[in-house]
Amino acid sequence: MTKISDFLGKNARGNVEEAILRAKDNQQYHALLNLTEKRALERADAVDRGEIKGRLAGVPFVVKDNFLAFGAPTTAASKMLENFIAPLQATAVEKLEAEGAICIGKANLDAFAHGGSTENSAFGPTKNAYDVTRVAGGSSGGSAVVTALDIVPFALGSDTGGSIRQPASFNGVVGVKPTYGTVSRYGVVAMASSTDTIGTFTTNVADAELVMEIISGQDHKDMTTLADFFEPLESVQPGLKIGLINESMTNDVDHEVRDCTLRYVERLRAAGHTVDNVALPIANHTLAMYYIIVPAELSSNLARYDGIRYGYRAEGVKTLAQLYGQSRDEGFVTENKRRIMIGSYVLSSGFFDAYYLQAQKARTLLVNEFDALFEKYDVLIGPTTPTPAFKLGENTADPIKMYLADIMTVPASLAGIPAISVPAGLSESGLPIGVQLVGRMRSDAQLLALAKSLEVS
Amino acid sequence: MQRLAQLSSLALADDEIDALQIDIGNILGYIQQLSELDTTGVEPTYQVTGLQNVWRDDKIDDYGIDRDELLALAPESQNGQIKVPKVL
Repeated sequence: MTKISDFLGKNARGNVEEAILRAKDNQQYHALLNLTEKRALERADAVDRGEIKGRLAGVPFVVKDNFLAFGAPTTAASKMLENFIAPLQATAVEKLEAEGAICIGKANLDAFAHGGSTENSAFGPTKNAYDVTRVAGGSSGGSAVVTALDIVPFALGSDTGGSIRQPASFNGVVGVKPTYGTVSRYGVVAMASSTDTIGTFTTNVADAELVMEIISGQDHKDMTTLADFFEPLESVQPGLKIGLINESMTNDVDHEVRDCTLRYVERLRAAGHTVDNVALPIANHTLAMYYIIVPAELSSNLARYDGIRYGYRAEGVKTLAQLYGQSRDEGFVTENKRRIMIGSYVLSSGFFDAYYLQAQKARTLLVNEFDALFEKYDVLIGPTTPTPAFKLGENTADPIKMYLADIMTVPASLAGIPAISVPAGLSESGLPIGVQLVGRMRSDAQLLALAKSLEVS
Repeated sequence: MQRLAQLSSLALADDEIDALQIDIGNILGYIQQLSELDTTGVEPTYQVTGLQNVWRDDKIDDYGIDRDELLALAPESQNGQIKVPKVL
């Protein structure tokens, strides 16, 4: 697979033209919603003239289409924002551009990042890079697939409950969900503000370190960003103590996924680390917490889409109330409506204590269980997903079945701790399987160094 | 369902209501399991990094965005104002 270094020191126009050609040759995957061709070529020429320099000069990349970026609409894969032209760019995009990277297009996602398969995109699903009859995963499915198909060497995504790690796992690439607050979310369409994070898709760990180093850092435009802390490590500390999470290795998990995870564990041991089985009993309740807290937060965040100031406005309505209701009904997909209504329910008076408050208390129990484990262990490991990529249409009729694909990834999101998915092999039928490494708050660099040390080049 | 739709500002079509009612019933049934957890005396976690009172200087920052650009995003505007249907 291609690496970022393959694009450095080359003619930037050539890099961009070839990437756009690859994007056009792979349209059957429907990984991209729009190309930013004109702007990308202009920027490439500026790089070639020496006007833009940097660590990523002339390197093409793609952003998930919930990042505000110039050169094409920012749709969040929704009818609501189908024609929305961003008046500003996301901080992460600005930082990459300042290093000379060139955005060539906007990747498909589940509308407003609500989903785990990209099937909730208002513009049709993305197909898996290894099997077009299967899902790309989601919600950052398009970003994972453009990376897996070598259209670009890296892509940005957002991860609220697994939306980077799960599609990375389904498409055999490296996916990074950093510590909450590592990367500014300014200019990214908000979903659930207490767990939304920005991260990367790359073909290898060293590239993830480079892109994370560039996009991370405190930003006065996002008050939740942490003081700068991310700095890649040359090598991993020897003899790490690693815990294999029992709850992620039960018989409910596909046996090939478990086998791949155990083979990765053996490689960790062979590299001199110790691996013990550990318990995270609250894990069985985290999906329920997630599907209370996240709908609550997103129902508030999505209140801004009212057809007034920007976005889709319904035609032929007489009153303001009808305008809100009709614009939202027509502008959102079914999954958006489900989640907004669940959010309204758990926040409404009479149910608030039983659902929302109880979930936030349960979240404390989860944080406490993680803290206790991290007193003894440096890193936790388990599969990223219970199965390899499922068939298109397989889970669309049953929202809870779809939500269960996130069961391994939501705990780190609710606790705000870093987690990465790295390729760990293929199933017998040739589908990628990923393992997830989870660390304590701000240990992102250590997780990446560990994964890098085990990488088969 | 009508009340939930109203709270959510969603003018649902009739054929949507039945399907959503089943899904939402199932999801509420699933998340109900949290009531099994004993959380007596446990404080809620609303945010995870412990940041408090992040201050900035009391200076206006337009973030480089132009008023006319923002107005142009509105579906309908007139005389520098966003236009909406009558409220009452």
